[in-house]
Amino acid sequence: MSSATASGLRPTHGATTRRPRNRVWWRTALGVLFTAAMLFPVYWMVNVSLTQDRNMRKSTPDLLPINGTLEGYRLVLDQQLPYLATSLFIGLGTVVLTVALAAPAGYALAKLRPRGGGLVSFLMLVAQMVPGIIMAMGFYAIYLNLGFMESVPGLIVADSTLAVPFGVLIFTAFMSGIPGELLQAAQIDGAGPVRTFWSIVLPMSRNAVVTVSLFAFLWSWSDFVFASTLDNGGTNQPITLGIYHYIGNNNQQWNAIMATAVVASVPAALILILAQRYIAAGVTSGAVKD
Amino acid sequence: MTDTTHMAEAPPARARRGAATAAPAPAASAGPAPGGKPRSQQWTAWGFLAPVVIYLGVFYAYPLYRNIDLSLRDYTVRTFVQGGAPFTGVQNYSDVVQDPTFWPALLHTVIFTGVSLFFQYSIGLALAVFFVRHFPLSSVLRALFLVPWLLPLIVSASTWSWMLSSDSGVVNAALHTVGIGAVNWLTSPSWSLVSVIVANIWIGVPFNLVVLYSGLQTIPASLYEAAALDGANAWQRFWRITFPLLRPVSAITLLLGLVYTLKVFDIIWIMTKGGPGDSSTTLATWSYRLGFGNLLPQFGPGSAVGNLLVLIALVFGLLYVRVQRRQNAS
Repeated sequence: MSSATASGLRPTHGATTRRPRNRVWWRTALGVLFTAAMLFPVYWMVNVSLTQDRNMRKSTPDLLPINGTLEGYRLVLDQQLPYLATSLFIGLGTVVLTVALAAPAGYALAKLRPRGGGLVSFLMLVAQMVPGIIMAMGFYAIYLNLGFMESVPGLIVADSTLAVPFGVLIFTAFMSGIPGELLQAAQIDGAGPVRTFWSIVLPMSRNAVVTVSLFAFLWSWSDFVFASTLDNGGTNQPITLGIYHYIGNNNQQWNAIMATAVVASVPAALILILAQRYIAAGVTSGAVKD
Repeated sequence: MTDTTHMAEAPPARARRGAATAAPAPAASAGPAPGGKPRSQQWTAWGFLAPVVIYLGVFYAYPLYRNIDLSLRDYTVRTFVQGGAPFTGVQNYSDVVQDPTFWPALLHTVIFTGVSLFFQYSIGLALAVFFVRHFPLSSVLRALFLVPWLLPLIVSASTWSWMLSSDSGVVNAALHTVGIGAVNWLTSPSWSLVSVIVANIWIGVPFNLVVLYSGLQTIPASLYEAAALDGANAWQRFWRITFPLLRPVSAITLLLGLVYTLKVFDIIWIMTKGGPGDSSTTLATWSYRLGFGNLLPQFGPGSAVGNLLVLIALVFGLLYVRVQRRQNAS
């Protein structure tokens, strides 16, 4: 948040201190090496998902899926599609609920300065500290009495508790960076607070919306605690439980388990690749900073 | 994040000053915002805030209340469904603290959290500093680094389980080629905690990288250029510019990391179920095991352990708030 003011302190020096070119390629090589090391487990998951059963227990595992098989993926398509659909639906529901709750709250805390706002921010911090397992036990007791177990809306509400406090804090931090002059100008032009929020603050916070949505979706998609306590054995189970049961029932067929894992990773990976632009454009986007 | 602004802006630019102070406290800053209507603005503000406050009450406070209630009564499966469990006060808590699992679980929680945070933050910061200088492919590689973080935990955990498997795991195969004997990563009591920590560090590095990287971008390049002109080497530039200016972001990163790490349950449960014995049991997995892991659930002790975990998290939360206030004040 200091770039605007701090860069005013000193004249900007041009590209006078750039390093020589060869240093740059050295960095790329190192970067590729780091990335490869980091992604090795992911590669291994894919490799195992393509390995034939009879090669699975070799003492020296094959580093490449030579003589690979798609058998694991065939089993996934036969058995896991309903789980994936449920997870997608729950993830989207969680995103909508989270953004709808967190964005207005962030605007209020960042720009409208309500009395007691500090307390709400504090409670958001505290809420983030509550472990999911505690929430799960509380929800379990409540849902059991309400007959809310094994329901998709119930799981959406539970999953949203993972992301709402985080979302409020992100929106607050982001919206604090929106210049006050801009909101005052809107006010002078006759825009009310709702219109200001909807037409100026929210569009300018697009990157924050993407960030919060991303987190909300991924946390919901990956949720295992709530699913296993609130939705275990129902008809609408998410993919995390699909994999978990698979591990339990199917301990020998690791290519099928890893194939399920790969498929479960694909939608999340897609979303991140598509949204990477927004993140790269920055939580520190130009409209706010300079 | 805002304190650096105030420090940096003190000498120059009056216009900036007005912009920064107008929003926080219209009443105090005397000059700007002539048409401010404090009363109606309060109502508006609370209108925007109301949904989340109601949500907090219904979906946080109430489950937490139910959880405290669970921990103070002697529940059985029957009374759990039908109600009427006898009130037993702190009996569950004293049972839990005297349980032979308690101290190991607490110790494992501390080790798991501390070691994970240290490595996640250091590696994440090193990578962020590495990636902040653009080079060919840097944005692609940085994007790829996010993959471990976006994978569902059950995916990462089962992949690590298979990689660390004693007989057919690739890790032991690699150790074998350099002449080290097989290690029972998940099934020996001396290694199981190490294994889940390694997996957890791997999962947490991308988050630290993302947040710290975006923090680094708020540090103006002109500062580094000026420092370089003044003869500061890379090491000095890191410790004199990057690290101090990144401190607010670091505090937030570490706090969030602490929060997420204290409550990590999935990875440990899927990889080792807290075992063998209690060797990788943390408070979170113990709580789950008591409440849901057995055929005969022990909701009372389970929620008692959980509430102790909340208490620990709260202590750190208050510590964080204090640190943040002090940063803002200075």
